[in-house]
Amino acid sequence: MYELIAQYPFMAAILALVGLGMAFGSLLGFAAIRFRTEGDPIADQINAILPQTQCGQCGFPGCRPYAEAIADGEAINKCPPGGEATINDLATLLDVEPMPLDEEHGEEKPRAVAYIREDECIGCTKCIQACPVDAILGAAKLMHTVIASECTGCDLCVEPCPVDCIDMITEETTLQTWKWPLPARVPRELVIATDAEQAA
Amino acid sequence: MRKVWDIPGGVHPPENKAQSVTRPIASAGIPDVLIYPLSQHIGAAAVPLVEKGDLVLKGQMIAEAMGFVSAPVHAATSGRVTAIEERVIAHPSGMHAPCIVIEPDGENRWIEHSGLEDYTSATPAELLSIIHDAGVAGMGGAGFPSAVKLSTRPDTPIHTLIINGTECEPYITSDDMLMRERADEIVRGTEIIAHILGVSSIIIGVEDNKPEGIASLRSAAEHSAGIEVISFPTKYPSGGEKQLIQILTGQEVPSGGLPSALGIVCQNLGTTVAVHHAVDRGEPLISRIITVTGDSCREPANYEVLLGTPASHLLELSGQQPELCERLIMGGPMMGFALESAEVPVVKTTNCLLAPTRAELPPAAPQQACIRCGICAEACPASLLPQQLFWYATAKEYEKLEAHNLFDCIECGACSFVCPSNIPLVQYYRASKADIRRHHLDHERSERSRARFESRQQRIEQEEAEKQARRQARREAAQARAKEAGTKQPSRSDAAPDAADVIRAAIERSQAKKQAAAAQSQAQADMGIEPDSAQDAIDRAMAKRAAAAAAPKLSPVEQLQNNLASVQSRISKTGEKLEQARTTGEDTVSILESSVAKLEAKRDQILAEIEELGDS
Amino acid sequence: MLLSTPTSPHAHTPLDTSGLMRLVILATLPGVAALTWFFGWGTIVNIAFASLIALACEAFALYLRGRRVMFYLRDCSALVTAILLGIALPPGSPWWIIAVGIVFAILIAKQLYGGMGYNPFNPAMAGYVVLLISFPLEMTRWLSPLGTFEGSVPGLMEALQLCFGGGFDAHTMATTLDVFKQGAGLMVADVWQQNPQFGRWGGLGWEWVNIGFLAGGCYLLHRGVFTWHAPMSMLIALTAMAAVFYDGGSSASGGSPLMHLLSGATMLGAFFIITDPVSSAVSTRGRLIYGALAGVLVYVIRRWGNYPDAVAFAVLIVNFAAPFIDHYTMPRTYGHNRGGSD
Repeated sequence: MYELIAQYPFMAAILALVGLGMAFGSLLGFAAIRFRTEGDPIADQINAILPQTQCGQCGFPGCRPYAEAIADGEAINKCPPGGEATINDLATLLDVEPMPLDEEHGEEKPRAVAYIREDECIGCTKCIQACPVDAILGAAKLMHTVIASECTGCDLCVEPCPVDCIDMITEETTLQTWKWPLPARVPRELVIATDAEQAA
Repeated sequence: MRKVWDIPGGVHPPENKAQSVTRPIASAGIPDVLIYPLSQHIGAAAVPLVEKGDLVLKGQMIAEAMGFVSAPVHAATSGRVTAIEERVIAHPSGMHAPCIVIEPDGENRWIEHSGLEDYTSATPAELLSIIHDAGVAGMGGAGFPSAVKLSTRPDTPIHTLIINGTECEPYITSDDMLMRERADEIVRGTEIIAHILGVSSIIIGVEDNKPEGIASLRSAAEHSAGIEVISFPTKYPSGGEKQLIQILTGQEVPSGGLPSALGIVCQNLGTTVAVHHAVDRGEPLISRIITVTGDSCREPANYEVLLGTPASHLLELSGQQPELCERLIMGGPMMGFALESAEVPVVKTTNCLLAPTRAELPPAAPQQACIRCGICAEACPASLLPQQLFWYATAKEYEKLEAHNLFDCIECGACSFVCPSNIPLVQYYRASKADIRRHHLDHERSERSRARFESRQQRIEQEEAEKQARRQARREAAQARAKEAGTKQPSRSDAAPDAADVIRAAIERSQAKKQAAAAQSQAQADMGIEPDSAQDAIDRAMAKRAAAAAAPKLSPVEQLQNNLASVQSRISKTGEKLEQARTTGEDTVSILESSVAKLEAKRDQILAEIEELGDS
Repeated sequence: MLLSTPTSPHAHTPLDTSGLMRLVILATLPGVAALTWFFGWGTIVNIAFASLIALACEAFALYLRGRRVMFYLRDCSALVTAILLGIALPPGSPWWIIAVGIVFAILIAKQLYGGMGYNPFNPAMAGYVVLLISFPLEMTRWLSPLGTFEGSVPGLMEALQLCFGGGFDAHTMATTLDVFKQGAGLMVADVWQQNPQFGRWGGLGWEWVNIGFLAGGCYLLHRGVFTWHAPMSMLIALTAMAAVFYDGGSSASGGSPLMHLLSGATMLGAFFIITDPVSSAVSTRGRLIYGALAGVLVYVIRRWGNYPDAVAFAVLIVNFAAPFIDHYTMPRTYGHNRGGSD
């Protein structure tokens, strides 16, 4: 045995490595099956971070499916309503590098709320069916209205409306919602005091 | 003598207080216009009680409080309401907000008012309601309505009243002058507040850089049992409520809690005077002492100012030279905010107008890299780690920020003041705090929408399942019937007439339904409802959509080309149909042929037009 | 007219980062003067050449990283690194030693980690240690301070020749710490007798160099560039260690506390190296621990390690420890209980 190894050291090494690899691989495989966790807690955690607008801008039919897709390795930057904050949270949770928002799926916009121009509404219930969070009230042939506090601003109701009576109203900043901005990162051109003064 | 504790951190910026204490408090007079923002403090905005054109008297309530944390607004002199409109207000955002604008008539006529003869005979609740109706709000910090702050809950007994005369911000001397000139009023107001709270221990805390004020206050408080005037070493920010409590009692307000958790209530010095005026004279809060200072003012001084006076009026009084001044600060240089314009009216919380020259407060130098020198950590009165917070704030790591107690930051600005790399640290914290609050709000919202989404999904599934079940049931029933029918196979001929009956009945039913529908639509028409309103509306909308689609202004050539494309597609479609018709030998062939010819003619015409346009 | 609306605070201390750095540079003067007095112009040549290369390296790195070169050069941090390394190198070191040390310090230890404020290790000490490990012979060849008396301290030309020519036959010798390390078996008193050049306390020349840096450090303390915690804690720890193991001067003795305080790079380390804010612990308590750790390590490495002077190694090791120290010495925030549960 020893002589054989001494004679073919290279082969022996390869064999040993392959053997080890197979042994540990099968161990891991066994563990994966034996200790499989029920459900998919990571998808739940991701889902808790997603903004739950259910807007489908990510290309998945709702936040939950996107959460499951992320758990399966989908990119984390496809959620425009969540924007940078959501991407950062996801990056922290999944321990990956945060990346900029994928513009293909839309850009980060200020929060908006759907508003139905009520005298134009014909009561077709199409928007009610489209609303993923049941935030539109109304009945057939009766005027509909949006529960503003529950509206996620997904704008899924705008398209189905046959009379175009739904507007997405961007939330205005009021004295109550105004917030201090982060200090502007100094643009490279302005790093010298005199430059900054000239620009100001 | 009471023991005085030290606070960690703190800084010693140049005090610059001497300039404005050389003159006694002067009246700022009545300006040309008074502006009253309806929202002067945290909490709900007040609701106007007057309309444009109304005459108001001095001291008249012109807007009433809405909700618990709110204070009414009073006119500071007699005059006419000229507008209720959006004006720029004293807010760091520089935003406009609804304001009542009054043009004084110069007569300065008081509304009828009277104070209490003897406040000790009144119950705390009565006094609180007087204070509330007088619009008294904290005159040092966020302008929290005083009546709310003084309403104690039975489960948190109060044993100590602290009057904050610290005035640790550089430049500001309004409290100092108040102590020097009106110490009696301060003591009187303090006694009233102590009576409301039922406390035995009263401490007035003053920094030791105001010896005259302290002396005057001590002599005024001599005959008043229980009032201690304590002076302690000058250090910024010892005037922060939490810091003052630590200095005077050695205790710390629990994180996220209120001083009342320690049995302490803090009030500003100016507030005591306002309380005294409200209770003893029945006068609402319509004026306050404001320091107008800065090197661009020729005569820095303290003024008794009617609330609502535009800042420009005060600057004029103090001989400010606007050409020397490129920023105007409401409040002190450490925590005050810069105003966009001098038209901003002063409010209940305005204690200082600072108009510095460029040399005095030079613009911030550009930010350099953090070198982790830790000077900020030494300066922080809350023992935070500003450089760590800065790091997490730039990375927007909200959880880390909260773990490092960002919300215990009192935004005193000591860290930014000392930072050798000129990093606007406190601004990062302010912004991050707002972002985190928003983040939490968003999270709450998203949790709610998730619940709604999930319950909707569940409902849809359930409906689907029920439908399925019904279908299943029907199918089973049909099968059962079929089976039954199968057993009755021999009598099929008997069944046939039955089936015919069923069909006839169905036809009759449907006819009846149609008639009913017609009748209904007739009824709707009678009631003036167009039966086809929905269809019409859809058509209109379609037209509108089409119009909107056409709206992008195309050049004539582009339009023609669009037309051409559509005509061509129609030709090809019609051609296909024609081929089909020919092969099947339908009689539409001739019609189709003529339409193709027409379309081709149209296409030629468009082509000719395009050519023409192209030539020209 | 719209006024400018910067955010509060509107006031600011006049001291900025470049000002701090300039103060540090100023404070090295007494020490450098002492070095020059005893060891000739070599130190000045070291510093000048190191500064030149450091500025060039910094500018190059900033250019590569797409930063405003002049803006960041003006913070003087590269200059401080160069000066500290120039002081630490033996006077009259060959130019390539200086160049290698500075390139490593600026390009690798500083800029590769993200530049000013991001370097986990003190760049000057990192450069010094690289040199000490790579070129132990050149790095331990100190000129004899005796030259002062024999009138043979290298002048400017000679120092330049030492640096760039290399042929100068200078009188080199072992430093006090070398002798203590190698002279095992001798009674302390004998060592002292055998080596008159050692001066009275810490070695001729060395004691004055250290006193020079001590003076500079006191000036910086006075100006509030750093707090007393780390330097004092380091000096006290070193003294305590030396006192414990100084058994009155037997052959196994490690030298008196005074000798340890006044020889080698003790004062330079205490006031100019471990006070480097970037790579040190941040909180007050943290700096006490940080300094004490450095002091103990200096003694341990001097006494039992392979290299005679230990400040550089000790500093790098405590740099490692700084984040941990920070983690465990987070100050208790106002309003939070000592338990830290809330």
